[in-house]
Amino acid sequence: MYEKDGEKYFVVDTHMHYWNAAPDNWVEGAEQYAKGWIECFHAYMGLGPPATHWSLEKFYKIDEATLMKDVFEDGYVDVGIFQPTDLTEWYKDGFNTTEQDAILFEKYPGKFILNTRWDPRDGEDGLKTLRHNVERWGCKGVKLYTAEWRQGSRGWKLTDPEAYKYLEACQELGIKNIHAHKGPTIWPLDKDAFDMTDVDHAATDFPGLNFIVEHSGIPRIDDFCYMATQEPNVYAGLSVVVGALMHARPRFFARCMGELLFWVGEDKMTFGSDYSIWEPKWQVEGFVDWDYPSEEFSDYPRVTTATKKKILGLNAAKLYDIEVPVELQLPGPGAPGVLGAVGVEERSGTKV
Amino acid sequence: MTHEREVLDALGTVRDPELDEPVTSLGFVTSCTVSVDGVADVRLRLPTYFCAPNFAWLMVADAYDAVSGVPGVRQTLIELEDHFASAEINRGVAARAGFVQSFDGLAETELDELRTDFVRKAMLAATDRVCRPLLAAGRTPDELAVLTLGDVPQSPDRERLRARRAELGLPAGDDTPLLVDPLRGEAVGVQALPLHLRRARLTGIGMQANASVCRGMLRERYATIGVGEEEEDR
Repeated sequence: MYEKDGEKYFVVDTHMHYWNAAPDNWVEGAEQYAKGWIECFHAYMGLGPPATHWSLEKFYKIDEATLMKDVFEDGYVDVGIFQPTDLTEWYKDGFNTTEQDAILFEKYPGKFILNTRWDPRDGEDGLKTLRHNVERWGCKGVKLYTAEWRQGSRGWKLTDPEAYKYLEACQELGIKNIHAHKGPTIWPLDKDAFDMTDVDHAATDFPGLNFIVEHSGIPRIDDFCYMATQEPNVYAGLSVVVGALMHARPRFFARCMGELLFWVGEDKMTFGSDYSIWEPKWQVEGFVDWDYPSEEFSDYPRVTTATKKKILGLNAAKLYDIEVPVELQLPGPGAPGVLGAVGVEERSGTKV
Repeated sequence: MTHEREVLDALGTVRDPELDEPVTSLGFVTSCTVSVDGVADVRLRLPTYFCAPNFAWLMVADAYDAVSGVPGVRQTLIELEDHFASAEINRGVAARAGFVQSFDGLAETELDELRTDFVRKAMLAATDRVCRPLLAAGRTPDELAVLTLGDVPQSPDRERLRARRAELGLPAGDDTPLLVDPLRGEAVGVQALPLHLRRARLTGIGMQANASVCRGMLRERYATIGVGEEEEDR
């Protein structure tokens, strides 16, 4: 919980990790990829405030005590949602597996929500693992990383027939939330690797599932916004948007937030720190203090205290059925300052 | 004798297709030298090890073509450094092989369609750069609907818009409408205009935000300033 100027904010960090990218976990023969990956993450950290930067050595492997302090003690987070990324092709024990996250999930009841993952290229075995993980840990969400390399394959799409089997299994198993993240290489390489058309199709075909597009589709924030206005079950995950832009490029951050508020709306945006690329503390504090920097932004939807409460935690609490203490909830529906997506109203009647 | 300046000018015509900015001003040129006997040696770098290989290919291939066209250059060496696909890209471009052949089994077609998609985005972004100041100065969307390209005061942004339209084979003359749709080049009607302008703005902001992140990542990755690197356009 974060408190500022008499207002209390319930904080759900919807996108955090507990990884091991240390050199002794690099797969022999794939060291250059394992190294390239974590160095790329580390460079992202450089876009946050200098006082929050870590050495590469510290960044390699997240230790338990540091995570608990950074996220819960210093970072105001009430509930953290683990999003695994296996990358077993490059890291011996995986980069950040469900099993790794489960250690902390089990040790600190109530602190974490444990999401799992799947990859359609795992076939029947993967479906078994998915069922097992849901039974064992009650997973209600999955993180999908379409750009993962596997045995010569450079990625997959949500519209692959095998992927649809997994999406059907999610519905059947009570998994509601699909966190989709596009990385840079996907098969075939001649197409735009970040293209989100497949998420669009899957969201239409699985209206009972929520699709949270991580990083709001960055670097395709334009395509993402356009899709999100047309699909009621598509959400904007703000991890990276806040971390990479709020400090380093405040004016672009304001523009991106303005566009997201216009096209997607404050009811469908969720905060995520992407820990430990960035610590949540400065992101939560900065976001609560944030407003458009000048009059130049006057035609974007206004940002209210309610907007920030929803984005920082209340929207995610709804997606994951997290109980929110009464004093941290918003007053009932129709309360002042509770706005929908302006864009949707403005465009009604316009064929998009 | 050919000078570095001329080769660098040629590199200034090579754009990152995703960001619609020259590789020089983005800081992607590590070094650029020309020997007395006309061998141009250019080293390129990107913000991350995992930048999309298709865009990387286009930049390396375009750089090869641009530098090879400089009078006096007898041999062109372009080397992309520190990228997971450096070997395939450098070898493929130098051998004048296609993308499909260089990434055997991993690609289905050459990159023309990808490039066109991004020129369309660049055109929309350029539309925003031309129109936003007009709207800020009090022009209404209805007024913009009847303007021609020639009605807009001459500026680098207008010429960028004209150039992207020409690349797409769309009408680009002074007497053609200021606002045309990026697929067919037809004038955008008054009714569709607010959404068109919104979309143009969104595309422009997306592109600029990406460029911003790329510049930030490049700065984190390399301590040195690129040859021809320019400060960010704010």
